[in-house]
Amino acid sequence: MGGADVVLDVKDLTTQFRTQDGVVHAVNGVGFELGQGEFLGVVGESGSGKSVSMMSLLKLIPMPPGEVVAGEVIFGDRDLLQIDLEELREVRGGQIGFIFQDPMTSLNPVIRIGKQLTESLHLHTDMSKKEAENRALELLNLVGIPDASQRLKAYPHELSGGMRQRVMIAMALACSPKVIIADEPTTALDVTIQAQIIEIVRDLREKLGTALIWITHDLGVVAGLADRVLVMYGGQIVEEAPVRELYKTPRHPYTEGLLESVPRLDQKGHDLYSIEGQPPSMYQKPSSCSFAPRCRYAFDRCSAELPKLRIVSPGHKTACFYNMEAGEPFND
Amino acid sequence: MTDTASPTAQTPAGRGEVLVSVKGMKKHFPIMKGVFRRQVGAVRAVDGVTFDIYRGETLGLVGESGSGKSTTGRVLLQLEKATDGTMSINGEELTTVSNTRLRELRKQMQMIFQDPHASLNPRMTVATIIGEPLVENSSMTKKERRDRIDELLMKVGLDPTHANRYPHEFSGGQRQRIGIARAIALHPEFIVCDEPIAALDVSIQAQVVNLLKQLQEELHLTYLFISHDLSMVRHIADRVAVMYLGNIVELAHVDDLYDNPKHPYTQALNSAVPLPDPVAEASRVRTILEGDIPSPANPPPGCVFNTRCPIATEKCSRDVPEWRETGNGHWVACHYA
Repeated sequence: MGGADVVLDVKDLTTQFRTQDGVVHAVNGVGFELGQGEFLGVVGESGSGKSVSMMSLLKLIPMPPGEVVAGEVIFGDRDLLQIDLEELREVRGGQIGFIFQDPMTSLNPVIRIGKQLTESLHLHTDMSKKEAENRALELLNLVGIPDASQRLKAYPHELSGGMRQRVMIAMALACSPKVIIADEPTTALDVTIQAQIIEIVRDLREKLGTALIWITHDLGVVAGLADRVLVMYGGQIVEEAPVRELYKTPRHPYTEGLLESVPRLDQKGHDLYSIEGQPPSMYQKPSSCSFAPRCRYAFDRCSAELPKLRIVSPGHKTACFYNMEAGEPFND
Repeated sequence: MTDTASPTAQTPAGRGEVLVSVKGMKKHFPIMKGVFRRQVGAVRAVDGVTFDIYRGETLGLVGESGSGKSTTGRVLLQLEKATDGTMSINGEELTTVSNTRLRELRKQMQMIFQDPHASLNPRMTVATIIGEPLVENSSMTKKERRDRIDELLMKVGLDPTHANRYPHEFSGGQRQRIGIARAIALHPEFIVCDEPIAALDVSIQAQVVNLLKQLQEELHLTYLFISHDLSMVRHIADRVAVMYLGNIVELAHVDDLYDNPKHPYTQALNSAVPLPDPVAEASRVRTILEGDIPSPANPPPGCVFNTRCPIATEKCSRDVPEWRETGNGHWVACHYA
């Protein structure tokens, strides 16, 4: 990925929540680049900081108690963390679109689908009413909603879960964004409906060339969709790699453990590896490797020092002191 | 036991002894309307399912939301009254048995729930939660009970010194272990596991599934494992039944079902599950089903799957397909399988 093709350049993003029980260190120094038209998978378990970090890019977290305390989010020639709220609102839903897990919470239940779609077009473009209506129809057709002109008049509750998620995708696409951030968009759906949505997204990729950040806990969904994957644990990126390389030669023990702990539909039952122990408490800012207490390769350095992302091969980074390929600690 | 000889038993020779037998189970929930609450229809959550579970095996029951798989488990344990059908454990009919006897039989059949938040009383300590069935159903002294609780906690991989803590002090995976300890407290033979890992993180799911497998061996348990996760079911089950809209459409040995699915719905389900393997994903041929699952209040005539089936013909929207064995314990309900 050359510098010119980067649409989003995130550096040292740090987000905290002040709660009654203390400060929750949700995101601890996350940095990555997103290429033009690239599909980036962000994988992690609950509490890993995958959603909070991506929502922090546009300050879409409840503030307070949340606060983006450090970092840069370079989008075009601007730092999204520095611009004022009005400018930020233009970017949200305009050049950067969103798809959330539960469409029912992001669609207004008392406004017809068509109106909700044209509203965002009025907000972000100077289309006339007629143009906006035509665009809305075009969008619903694009995401494969049958009887699109009828559906424009429907209320969200009149549609099924899968259809609502299609409407969400249409809304995210409305203003031809450069980037779409999708937060577990298929987690609430049945598997045959999930397959429909993924097929639409694959298809749109060929047609539109929008970059996509797809946040999920499902290693299967990412395998079939992403070009590159970030693996998050304890509010940090612990591994980053092109998709095939990540699944073939994971270089972080957490990624390796995760891949060994998921059963595969196309394979007979072998023993599942189980990562013992529990995810880390987020009340402490990590000063050593958060995964060390559960790691089968951990040695003394892991509980004394915080590992930084290191490059192990082109485009492949791991935040680990143990060289899994060589079977011994890195000597640096 | 005359049940084993019934024509519906999926018994390849030498399969062993039938522990649980279900025949023609139906559960219809009435839809009431108007001031007089007249019944205007029914949601056919389960609409005539038949299967046996052999002693010591795990029968996987898979399906999408609304397919009726959880209701099947609940009706089987008599937590809901069946609308029709018979079901037995160890040859003893459950739908007609007296309440006193049912209470006895309940010790033999237990349930593990999906949500360990909702199924554990937040005001009880772990010791009380696990000890409750012991108080109700055995004549143990306080000391014996205490020892048994410690033993159960160790069996499920929890620290007995935590027995006086409350559920909220445990993580999701640990809470599920508490639910498992409670379920095995009275030495049951049969456990219905209703989506036991659906609420857990990926790295914790494997812990719980491995524990269930280990306990099955140790305690000779028989499981009905209800799940929407087809990959995990392949991992844990011996045989698998696939539900769609209140009906079982296919039932077979686990490898048969996944490697050689005969029903178009099973085939589509299999192809819809993403594989954690980018190389395999890139070359996969997918069957994408059109549309959504119809409402169980108004199921289509003929084959329940005909509205979404890629190979449906006129016959399918007219005639209900017969539930038949195609050989070697592989059962399917499709005109063209």
